[in-house]
Amino acid sequence: MKKMSIPAKVYMVLFFSFLYVPIAVLIAFSFNESKSRSVFTGFTLDWYKSLFQNEMILSALGVSLLIAFASSIIATVLGTLASIGINSMNRASRTLVVNISYLPVINPEIITGVSLMLLFVVANGFLGGKLFGMTTLLISHITFNVPYVIFNVMPKLRQMDKSLYEAALDLGCNPRQAFLKVVLPEIMPAVLSSFLICLTYSIDDFIISYFTSGTVQTLSIAIYSMTRKKVSPEINALSTIMFVVILAIVLVSNAHDSRKEKRKQRQAAAC
Amino acid sequence: MLKSKSCAYPYLVWMTIFIAVPLGIVVYFAFTDKAGNFTLDNLSGLGQYANVFVRSILLAAVATVICLVLAYPVSYLLSRMRASKQHMMLILVMLPMWMNFLLRTYAWMTLLERNGLINRFFGLFGLGPFEMINTQGAVVLGMVYNYLPYMILPLYTIMVKIDNSLIEAAQDLGASPVKTLLHVLLPLSKPGIVTGITMVFVPSISTFIISRMLGGGSNMLIGDLIELQFLGNSYNYNLGSAMSLVLMVIVLLCMSLTNQLGSEEMEGVV
Repeated sequence: MKKMSIPAKVYMVLFFSFLYVPIAVLIAFSFNESKSRSVFTGFTLDWYKSLFQNEMILSALGVSLLIAFASSIIATVLGTLASIGINSMNRASRTLVVNISYLPVINPEIITGVSLMLLFVVANGFLGGKLFGMTTLLISHITFNVPYVIFNVMPKLRQMDKSLYEAALDLGCNPRQAFLKVVLPEIMPAVLSSFLICLTYSIDDFIISYFTSGTVQTLSIAIYSMTRKKVSPEINALSTIMFVVILAIVLVSNAHDSRKEKRKQRQAAAC
Repeated sequence: MLKSKSCAYPYLVWMTIFIAVPLGIVVYFAFTDKAGNFTLDNLSGLGQYANVFVRSILLAAVATVICLVLAYPVSYLLSRMRASKQHMMLILVMLPMWMNFLLRTYAWMTLLERNGLINRFFGLFGLGPFEMINTQGAVVLGMVYNYLPYMILPLYTIMVKIDNSLIEAAQDLGASPVKTLLHVLLPLSKPGIVTGITMVFVPSISTFIISRMLGGGSNMLIGDLIELQFLGNSYNYNLGSAMSLVLMVIVLLCMSLTNQLGSEEMEGVV
């Protein structure tokens, strides 16, 4: 492949500056002594200290993690089972179910949020209780996560060789054993990756949580209320920490991948 | 294979209650008044918000076009890099996307404000200060910045599959770069363009955060209107549902339109 021309290089540099300069500025001002967002007066770590004493942020983080893990686990189980079931349906009902499952994916998030909120409002009227809170949050997160599991696991199931399962039955497995010992290991990578997708979607979600959480605050909602109220460099400190965490995860998983890749290449070379 | 339709039953119940029924409730609310009687007033009352709808469609369309123009060369350059480098660069493109989008938008708030960094920078040369935040331009910028990776990913995915020899062949046969772009690259990357347009347009037209944080109070979008009916001061579920219904129809129309455009021209090429 020939090397990039000078204009192309300049364009790439400009493009990546556009992507990263705002984040760099955000990070830089988390170390700023004064509250100014444009004049750097001196270095400090005070904002990190006050961030870790900020009860609102800490409890919101707890809620976010709890909801993320709970909803991802439930969504992954529900979605994997659903994929198996949908896969054995006839064509017409499969199309119907898949299309309905697509709705939360293609609909604007605000519509999903609003429609769930209306459902909970109506249900609240019938049950006469204080429904809004962790329950509604959990239900909403499961609801928007399950379709991603289905669309990840189903292709893997369809790729799978049918005869593997049949062979297991022929060799004396009952259907349950055949599922656990043959089908599940085969689709495990897709199941795990959909679990991770669910986790990130759930932690990152703001819009749907905003409409369905009542007074409970997730991290995104806490950030939102911070940006609406008095501005404090604590937000910058929080951004920095989140960016570093994401960077670390990406670097670690990348190193892991490339090591695996290398091992594969070496094996291929050895053969 | 597995004769186990029953595995799907829990999900079918879930899907019905939490996907289908809520959308049904939105439709019900859109066509009823507060007492529950059938009415078309909610929908016909939307006329007074026509300017907001037009503005939303316009700003989202502008942001989508800018994303496409910015992302196309990047995706092409990415797809022609060495494989090992491609992976690295792709991660660089996606990294900002993994950061909370409120924080990303907040970053632009601090940059664009009246005595923000950009105005300070211009101030060094005796220019400005410019009124940048709370303008439509700022809203479009926010959309472009937040959703740019959504455009790059599908474009890149389709472009890696384009064989380099096709481009070289076009050049060997005397096509200028512009001709190569128009007659080789664009037709081959059309599916990516269609996906990218949908993936940027849908979140752009329905956002209410970007317009609130970067647009001030004066640049309301459909999303802001809907949010006001449900959680804001207006509190009118019926009107809000009517708005949601219209937004859904707009999104579906746009999607089928771009899809059709994509497939039609594809047939023309083949």
